[in-house]
Amino acid sequence: MKHTNEIKLTILSKSANEGFARSAIAAFVAQLDPTLDELNDIKTAVSEAVTNCIVHAYPNSVEKIHIRVRLFDDNNIEIVIKDNGLGIPNIEKARTPMYTTGDSERSGMGFTIMESFMDSLNVRSKSGHGTVVTMKKRISMRLSGRHGV
Amino acid sequence: MKIISTKTNKTLKIELVGELDHHAARNAIMRIGQSIDFELPEKTILNLSGLSFMDSSGIAVIINIYRRMQELGGAFEISDVPTQANKVINAAGLNKIIKISEEKSLVI
Repeated sequence: MKHTNEIKLTILSKSANEGFARSAIAAFVAQLDPTLDELNDIKTAVSEAVTNCIVHAYPNSVEKIHIRVRLFDDNNIEIVIKDNGLGIPNIEKARTPMYTTGDSERSGMGFTIMESFMDSLNVRSKSGHGTVVTMKKRISMRLSGRHGV
Repeated sequence: MKIISTKTNKTLKIELVGELDHHAARNAIMRIGQSIDFELPEKTILNLSGLSFMDSSGIAVIINIYRRMQELGGAFEISDVPTQANKVINAAGLNKIIKISEEKSLVI
C-alpha cells in the first residue's frame, strides 16, 4: 500500500532535540485524529528510539539521526528512525527487558516500551554501520468517521 | 523540567514538573541524589502530578531513588501519577515493586 503522506526529519543526536522529535511527529500524526492515549503512545515510542540513537548509536560524538514518518489510507502510521552509528551486536539480547549496555542512568526498557506501545517493532542493525528501527501503529477510526480533513 | 524539593519533619517530598526524558533525567538523578544525601529523610515521596510526559529515563530516575532510600533504610513512594507516566511505569513492572499513592482525594 502506498503512503498518502510523509515527512522526513534530520536531527543532531543531542538530548535537547528529544522533545522536538516527539512534538514534531505528534504534530504530523495529529491529522489522523488520534486519541490522546494513541498520541502519547507514539510520543513515548519515538522518545525511546531517539534516545537510543543519542545514548548508544553515537555515545562519543554528535551525529545525524534520520526520521521518516508515513501515513497510510488504512490509518496506519509507520515511523522509521535510522542512524549510522555503532550498531547492535546482538539484537535479541538488546530487546530483552532491563538489558542495557548503558550506566545506571538507563533502565534497559527502551525496546520493551516501543514494543508494547506500538503495534509492531522491527530492528535491523549492522555493527559499525548503524541501526534502523521501524515502528507501526494503527490509529483507531473515530465514530465521526472523518480523518485527514 | 523543574524539581521542587520540600522537607517536612523527616519526609522529603520531591515534585517533578514538565517532561521527564533522557535530557532531563541526567540532571534529575544528580540533583535528587544530592537532596536525599543532604536531607537524609526517613521517607521520600516522589510526586509526578506535574509531569506532562515521562519515558523510560524516568524509570531510571525512580529506580535510582528507590535504591538510595533502600540504602538509607527509608521508605519511598510515588504519588499522583498521570495516565501517560502510569502506562510507562506499568510497562516496566515498577508498579509491583514500588508503592504508588494518591495525595489528592478528589480526581477529576
